[in-house]
Amino acid sequence: MAIIKTDNLTFEYIRRDEEGNVEGITTAVDNVSFEIKRGEFVAILGHNGSGKSTLAKHLNAILFPTEGTVFVDGKDTSEDANLWDVRETVGMVFQNPDNQIIGQVVEEDVGFGPENLGVPTAEIWERMEESLKAVGMYEFRKKSPNRLSGGQKQRVSIAGVLAMHPQCIVLDEPTAMLDPIGRKEVIRAVRALNDVEKITAILITHYMDEIVHADKVIVMDKGKIAMAGTPREIFSQVDKLKSLSLDVPQVTMCAHKLREAGLNIPEGILTNDEFVKALQQCQ
Amino acid sequence: MSIIVNHLTYRYNPGTAMESTALDDINLKIEDGEFIGLIGHTGSGKSTLVQQLNGILKPTSGGVYVDGADIGDDGYDLKKLRGEVGLVFQYPEHQLFETDVFKDVCFGPKNLGLTQKETELRAYEALKQVGIADEYFYQSPFDLSGGQKRRVAIAGVLAMKPKVLILDEPTAGLDPKGRDELLDKLTSIRQDTGCTIILVSHSMEDVARYADRIVVMHKGRIAFDDTPMEVFKHRDELKEMGLGVPGITETMYKLKDAGFPVSTDIITVDTAVTEIMKVLGR
Repeated sequence: MAIIKTDNLTFEYIRRDEEGNVEGITTAVDNVSFEIKRGEFVAILGHNGSGKSTLAKHLNAILFPTEGTVFVDGKDTSEDANLWDVRETVGMVFQNPDNQIIGQVVEEDVGFGPENLGVPTAEIWERMEESLKAVGMYEFRKKSPNRLSGGQKQRVSIAGVLAMHPQCIVLDEPTAMLDPIGRKEVIRAVRALNDVEKITAILITHYMDEIVHADKVIVMDKGKIAMAGTPREIFSQVDKLKSLSLDVPQVTMCAHKLREAGLNIPEGILTNDEFVKALQQCQ
Repeated sequence: MSIIVNHLTYRYNPGTAMESTALDDINLKIEDGEFIGLIGHTGSGKSTLVQQLNGILKPTSGGVYVDGADIGDDGYDLKKLRGEVGLVFQYPEHQLFETDVFKDVCFGPKNLGLTQKETELRAYEALKQVGIADEYFYQSPFDLSGGQKRRVAIAGVLAMKPKVLILDEPTAGLDPKGRDELLDKLTSIRQDTGCTIILVSHSMEDVARYADRIVVMHKGRIAFDDTPMEVFKHRDELKEMGLGVPGITETMYKLKDAGFPVSTDIITVDTAVTEIMKVLGR
């Protein structure tokens, strides 16, 4: 059974002027259906305003569909009775770590989630320890979060979600505010959770190089799914991605241009290693 | 407008247990019309440095000289300086506050004491420069998309006609097209007005493409200050600093390691394509 399934999901919001009169309706997510299997690593791409964050907020019942249905672990998110189950199943990490950390000390922050779930104290400590270890932040457990770097704070945010033992974690541009090292740390932590702990990961990002390891990529445009496939299938279509305001990694772009210049090199090169191999065959 | 930073040191909380040196003996000369990329990992002192350049922070020792005058002197007109050295903070759209786009952009020039007519002319010009169409002028800034809001916020600084425009990670959170559009806009603004641009960035690819000089900060000091081509020759040192080289430069190193006789002095995709075709004899 799919951990997440959306069935003709549509989300509209009504724009009103200052007097509260209806000005119009914006369809942020338009008739979207997809399935995410347990343990998958899925990346969602799309330009600003394409509907990807709105979509993500449906996955742990922050928003509810105007039409259609979202099933999390088989449960309809619109039903009140399922609300807590849905939120326990899917955890969410946002862009700005400073908006997500509330504790004075790292370990206190991570313990906040399980405490709210009513987990017994001894187990909270266990969960705090394993979560911080999973993201490589255990040695910082006694520190104040505001003395950490952006990448470290973001990993604490992820640990806070992990401590609630979700089966799926949704990350909405978790690296947008980070420097190159911070970005690497966060992506490495997410990949480790997916590989080792088998937690389903859904990553929304504008950085094309972060998604080459994903199992599946979904590209959103105007609230609809514009493209879906493996990273290789998606990155083989450079011109289409450009028309959707997106980009490809520099190595993919270089291979694409060499191909246009007449070199016999496959489309959809994702990594430097593949690129080197492809060029060796051209020699 | 030339800016000289002379042996500038800045300490946070001097004389307390929390004292820390954010900038350590910085020397820098910024000429008219340069496009400088300022890079460094979180905490390297980039943001502290740019805040020195328009007098938001005062040096612990050393000084900043703008057109020969020490901006730390008593009686120096800091208000005038802040109109000339415009600083666009991270996520500047969070600072939008007016009821419509046009009023928001007027706020800066109005505070410079300009007449209403001049203020409005400048606001109009600035909005045109960043590519905001007339139809948006009287909308609430909060109804715009993320990329548009960002551009309106930048227009608010441009309307003060700064001679030096400093932007702290202006492309964070923008999609690739929005990012390219904004950086292209900055390039054309610089061509049209001759202003100096200092771009604080985490993207090696962006500074390689747009800047003609790169200043690398590390632990409060300037580690490198040179053309992008020269700076990115220090691949190993840059990696140790938590930075790195543009993706395509890394690709060229991998090709070289695999025995291809390619140059690694490559920082853009187009030059890489030319180099590879040349080496393959095509």
